[in-house]
Amino acid sequence: MTFPKPSFSPAEPIAAQPVVQELTAPPPPPAGETRTSGLAEAARRAGAMAAAAIPPVLTLLVILGVWQVAAGDSYVGLPSPAHVWADSKDLILHPFFDHGGVDKGLFWHVLTSLKRVGVGFSISAVCGVMLGVLIGSNRWAHRGLDPIFQVLRTVPPLAWLPISLAAFREAQPSALFVIFITSIWPIIINTAVGVRNIPTDYINVAKVLRLSPTEYFFKILLPATTPYIFTGLRIGVGMSWLAIVASEMLLGGVGVGFFIWDQYNASRISDIIVALAWVGLTGFFLDRLVALLGHVISRGNAAS
Amino acid sequence: MAKAYLSIEGVGVTFAKGAARSEVLTGVDLKVDKGEFVSIIGHSGCGKSTLLNVVAGLVPVTTGAVILDKQEVNAPGPDRAVVFQNHSLLPWLSVRENVSLAVDKVFGKTKTAAERRDWTLHNLELVKMTHALDKRPSEISGGMKQRVGIARALAMEPKVLLLDEPFGALDALTRAHLQDSVMEIHASLRNTVLMVTHDVDEAALLSDRIVMMTNGPRAAIGQVLDVDLRRPRDRLAVAENPTYIHARAAVIEFLYARRAA
Repeated sequence: MTFPKPSFSPAEPIAAQPVVQELTAPPPPPAGETRTSGLAEAARRAGAMAAAAIPPVLTLLVILGVWQVAAGDSYVGLPSPAHVWADSKDLILHPFFDHGGVDKGLFWHVLTSLKRVGVGFSISAVCGVMLGVLIGSNRWAHRGLDPIFQVLRTVPPLAWLPISLAAFREAQPSALFVIFITSIWPIIINTAVGVRNIPTDYINVAKVLRLSPTEYFFKILLPATTPYIFTGLRIGVGMSWLAIVASEMLLGGVGVGFFIWDQYNASRISDIIVALAWVGLTGFFLDRLVALLGHVISRGNAAS
Repeated sequence: MAKAYLSIEGVGVTFAKGAARSEVLTGVDLKVDKGEFVSIIGHSGCGKSTLLNVVAGLVPVTTGAVILDKQEVNAPGPDRAVVFQNHSLLPWLSVRENVSLAVDKVFGKTKTAAERRDWTLHNLELVKMTHALDKRPSEISGGMKQRVGIARALAMEPKVLLLDEPFGALDALTRAHLQDSVMEIHASLRNTVLMVTHDVDEAALLSDRIVMMTNGPRAAIGQVLDVDLRRPRDRLAVAENPTYIHARAAVIEFLYARRAA
């Protein structure tokens, strides 16, 4: 999380003023004190950001250096970072081109994959939370369904693909089903754990107030379970991103998974390395997006 | 014979888990008058909290019955508001929202929105918590949380207020402050209060009567002691008072000499 950059206007005699107001919004402390603490705070934040950003950048440089040396100058096998740059400069610098068909920039491939994940993951989020609440609150549902779910959740994503192809006979719904079935288990299981872990105190409060089942669901169960639900959603979104790339490799068409497979068939290993970076960064941002959403919705109560 | 306001009649509680049965309470009889402050004291595990939960309706009786204001208690309800030991405020709601959740539920049909808002504020004023209306429970101290818990319970306008070791988790100074607050509130509202405690001083200072429980399992009422001290009571003045000293001594004698655990 970065803080909005303060905008210093030349007319303003005290440069730190805008930052101070942002940082200490409610309640405003005495003016003399904030000016110095505002500057100190800005300096501290800059320091913290540098401390967070410098180590990974250095590590990345070291990895690239080792790779460059290890790969050497030959064109056989894994290309070195310099070769990747030379071969795939266009792909790196122009993610938005679209020459029709499957000849598109990586942005479009990733976007197509993201759309599939968005649809499949949304369905699994809704179904997963509902099933999780059912299993968490009903002992018989737990006894009946939990063992089956525990078995099914260990099935690897790609093992579902032939079955879903046989069932749906089309690529698009099959891919969605694979995402759905891969990402639903952690959502179900975490939601159920959350529901079972609602403190007795909250349940007693609900009983004393005689909350109706609907009121209990929205005022106690859902807020008390939100941190668990979002833990499940975070794991789920990561797994669905794993599943999409693998299933697209087999299904074909547009999508980052297909792109990787296509480049492999064309022996363009450099392009695959660029695509891998896209896949990794996109997965990272998906994870952070769900975490941020959880943070906002549970108003800071979620486990980050 | 006039019926008491709150009447606990021959209450026994047996918990059964599979084949194992454990009898926690047996033959508990207690009558509490309107406006009376009664403490239940006993060693840990003697079932005093179970008794309170029976009155709250959270634990069903195995034998006997609890009658409040001529009606049998068989389910929890806002007429028997509980202040729980660990405050049990909902962490995702602010101080104001925790109280207004109760107020909106209990008075949703009988008061207008503006009246309910005022009632919420009024109860938070009683416990002196209006300075932290929009804070979350995690942002306030343990004593403050317990104050809010008391405000939430008071806001339900219960027939009997049930306090389950309300100050057990607090430091001595905070506890004394809260005890004074509870005495003030009791003096002005004249609520009927049933309080579970393991603190002898607290019981002697706050109560009209102290109910001493024997050790579990199969706990029962061992002795009931009247604390005939004029109200308002001041913790400093009372310390020298013979009645107070006698009450304290009697409770300690019961707990440690005759019923040593």
